[in-house]
Parts: sequence; structure tokens; C-alpha cells
Amino acid sequence: MEFQITKKAKNVAFGLMGLGTLLTIIGVVLSASDHHFFTRLMASGLISGFFFFALGLGALFFLALKYATESGWYAAIKRVIEAVAGFLPIGMIVLGLVLLVITINDGAHIYSWMDPKVKAHDELVRHKAAYLNPIFFWIRTIVYFTTYFLFWRGFKKRSLEEDSVGGTALHFKNYKRGALFLVFFAVFSSTSAWDWIMSIDVHWFSTLFGWYTFAGMWCSTMVVLVLTTLYLKKLGHLSNVNNSHIHDLGKWTFATSFLWSYLWFSQFMLIWYANIGEEVVYFQTRIAEFKLLYFGMFIINFAFPMLILMSRDAKRNAGILVFVGLTILMGHWLDVYIMVSAGSLGANAKLGALEIGMALLMAGTFIYVVLRNLSKAPLTPVNHPFLDESNHHEI
Amino acid sequence: MSDKVLYVMYDDDHVLKDSAKKLVEKGVKITEVFSPFPIHGIDPIIGVKNTRLGIMAFLYGLTGLTLATIGMRFFMVTDWPMNIGGKPNFSYLENILAFVPISFEFTVMCAAHGMAITYLLRNKTLPGMPAQNPDPRTTDDKFVMEIRLSENNKISEKELDKMLQEVGYLELDKKEIK
Repeated sequence: MEFQITKKAKNVAFGLMGLGTLLTIIGVVLSASDHHFFTRLMASGLISGFFFFALGLGALFFLALKYATESGWYAAIKRVIEAVAGFLPIGMIVLGLVLLVITINDGAHIYSWMDPKVKAHDELVRHKAAYLNPIFFWIRTIVYFTTYFLFWRGFKKRSLEEDSVGGTALHFKNYKRGALFLVFFAVFSSTSAWDWIMSIDVHWFSTLFGWYTFAGMWCSTMVVLVLTTLYLKKLGHLSNVNNSHIHDLGKWTFATSFLWSYLWFSQFMLIWYANIGEEVVYFQTRIAEFKLLYFGMFIINFAFPMLILMSRDAKRNAGILVFVGLTILMGHWLDVYIMVSAGSLGANAKLGALEIGMALLMAGTFIYVVLRNLSKAPLTPVNHPFLDESNHHEI
Repeated sequence: MSDKVLYVMYDDDHVLKDSAKKLVEKGVKITEVFSPFPIHGIDPIIGVKNTRLGIMAFLYGLTGLTLATIGMRFFMVTDWPMNIGGKPNFSYLENILAFVPISFEFTVMCAAHGMAITYLLRNKTLPGMPAQNPDPRTTDDKFVMEIRLSENNKISEKELDKMLQEVGYLELDKKEIK
């Protein structure tokens, strides 16, 4: 196919994986004697496992959204979205493994509701046991994974088939499947966030937590799509992608940052205002143990894209997009880091070699898998019904 | 100063766009285009400057934010301290989270209304104002290009007529302005 992974990209990907592995080993050696070592190890696995899984899932969601809305402009970058969504199987394996090890170890102090000892003396956990029990948890997890996988496989198959067949029959099938995916995703995006992330703080609950997690995931995905598109453009590929496509992706980044900030603030303000003990405890932990990171992360994810990406020219400037993109990508990783660490480790949480090493290892894997996916299919979906519209996209 | 205006009519926006492109290449300055709907990509061809509405939007938004802050501080803290949910009723800063939604709403409201009114004023299209377009058909299915002789000093009227003949048009209307 027209895109081949360059030697440099391969070196960067494997370098990141190597550096990540090295840092992880250093982290393990440094803290193996630590009392909380195992919890910390599993928490860092969950953080990076979930974050990178979510990047793939966000791309799958975005693809389904484009199908369901019958958008035209995105046709030229469709293969980029598909390549990022193609990380989904690997992401599911990693996240599934982490969840499995956690389950085998009775929750590993991350999901304390999995621990029979906690359940024995905790009235609230007993109360929630009908929903939060390991068996039902795994039924749900497998249902999510299977659904995502089947939709992803279908979209991928039909997309490649369209290249050779053409016509509109496949397009309308994608349209229907895209809408159906959104129906499933509307429920699963919330419930999976409750299961995997919110149940860490088992006594606490927030109804908009699912959307908050989902918005962070969507924003990160848009950043990854911008970065990948810009990378391919720089190598001289994607000749039919013009400034307007980049501008649109920039607008998505900008808009989803606002969506995330809006949900973060809604959750924070309502709980702060009501000031009910069992609700504010969530933020008290965060403010007590992660004050700088927690509010710093909010400023990065909100103020950076708002101030820098507001103007039209900034959204068309590759340098600015890459700078803002990488910053908010780190910001959203920090968001997931605090989501997981605050509830499981609290005061014992550290942002050290272990966490960063795991993140770099996953980042390297992610880059390699996405680039390999890109090299496997033609970069332009030649028979996409809206390709002509996309080629003339101008805003 | 007397001036002569040429109104060149078309019945298709793409044809108009192509003609405008050819005329501009020959050095003709097109003052304005009248159309029932926005024509995509006409701005760079006839050299319309980038809008400054965005700057005004920012200023209106800033006005709204300031007004909202001053207002809420006076109503809720200074004039009659309100105790809602046991939150500090003597300090704006410590209660700032509660004021964020209203600040946001008021900023948006001022920016939106300010922009809309500025736009209508600047275009002289406030309700009840006389119509500016030369031909009522441009509100239906026709497209008109306005060329002023005073803005095309280097080109004589005859040359202009010849150029227009070359690029083609539907109707040509000439008007003297005193």
C-alpha cells in the first residue's frame, strides 16, 4: 500500500516501548518492597490500559457518528479514523488482562467491592452487590468488548469491501450500523465508565460520570486524529486533505475540550454547592492529595485549547495544533491517572517511573499498531460516496 | 461626484463566480455581489476583507462578563448578602463557582445580541430600513455583480463593456449616480 512505516517512526515506536519497559522495570525494582506495590502496579496498568483502549474506542465512536450522520467532509481522513479504531483489539486485550489480574486478586484494593472481607463489614457495598459483583462485572465487560469488537470488524470489513465494490448499498448498511452502534454506545459509554472507573470510589456515585469520562476520551481521540493526519500530510500522503479538513479536526478538538470542561465543572459545582458529606468526599480526596495535579490538569485541558485554539488561523496551523494536542493529551492522561489513583491509593499515590513507564510502553505500542494499520489499507477510500465532496471541502 | 454603476446579472452562482474570477484577473474591481444566499468562496475572489465581527464579539462578551460580575457582586454580596446552601455570603471570590454559570450565560447573551445588532446596523438591514439591493430579483433566484466606474479608473467604459461581453451575462443595467 502507499503508506509504509518509515524507519524513523519504527525507531520512535520501539524506542518508546523500550524506554517504557525500562522505566517500568526501574519502577518495579524501586517500589517492590513497598506495602502498596501491587495496588500501584495494577492501578498504573488500569490507567494506561484504559486510556489507550479509550483512544481506539473514541475513534470507533467517531466513525459510527460520521456514518450515522452521513457526513461528507471526513471521507478523505476516514482511513486515519479506522487505523486509530484498529487499536481496539489490542486495547481490549491489555485492559482485559489488567481487569482479570485485579479480579483474581480480589480487587487488589482498587475495586474494593470485589474483596469479600470488605463486603463482610461494609453495609453500602453489600447494598450494591446486586450490580457490583465480579460475575456480573465480567458479564458486562465481555458484553462491551464483544459489541465493540463486532461493530469494529463490520465497519472495517465493509470499508475495505467498498473500495472494490463501490455503489451505495454498503454505504446505507454502514449508515444503519453506525446508528445502531450509537444506541449501544449511549448506554455502554456510561455503564462501562461506572464499572471500570467509578466503582473504584465504591461509596460515591455521580450520574454524569459516564459522560465526563466519555468526553475526555473523545477529546483525546480527536487530538490523536489531528496528530496522525498532520503526520501523514508531512510525509506527503493524503494529498486530498486540505487546510479545511485540518481546521475541522481542530474545531472538534476545541469543541470536545469544552464538552469535557463543561461536564467536569457541572459535576464539581453541583457537588460543591449541595455540600453533602458522602458526595464531597470525592473531591476532598482529590484536593487534599492531588491539588496541583487535579486543578493543573483542569487548567491544561480547558484553558489551553480555549485560549490557543480559538482563532481560525490557529486551527489551521500544524505547529500550534501539535503543541496544544500533545499538551491536552497529557492532560487527559493525568485526568485518568487521578480518577484511578485517588480512589485506590489516595495519599500513597505517586506519579513515578512505574506510571510513566507503563504509559510510554502503551504509547509506543499504540503508535506502532496505528501506523501498521495505516500501511495495511489504501489511504483514500476510493469508492466512498462522499469522497468527491470531501475533496472539495472548503470552509 | 457623479459615478456610473454597472449591475451585471446572472442566474447561476457558479457562472457568476467564474465570471468574477475572469474579470478580477483582468484588473476589474468588483464592489459588491448581491445574492439570495451566501456564495461559497466569493469573498477571496472579489477581495472582501476578513470580518472584524469576531473582535466585536470578544468585546461584547467582555462587557457582559464585567456587567454580570459587578451586578452579582452587588446583588448577592454587597447590597443584601444572600445565604444559599450555607455558602459564604460575604465573599464573591470564595463563592465564585456559584457565579460561573450566570457569568457564562450573560457573556454569551451580550456577545450574541451585540453581534446580531452590529451586523444588522453595519449592513444597514435593521427591520424597516430601505432595501439596499439594486434589483428585487436578487432576493429570489438572480445574482447581481456591482461594478463602479469610479473604482476602475484605468478601464474605460467601452473596455469594460467588451470584457463583460467576453465573459457573458444575463442582463446588464447601468445607472448614473449623482
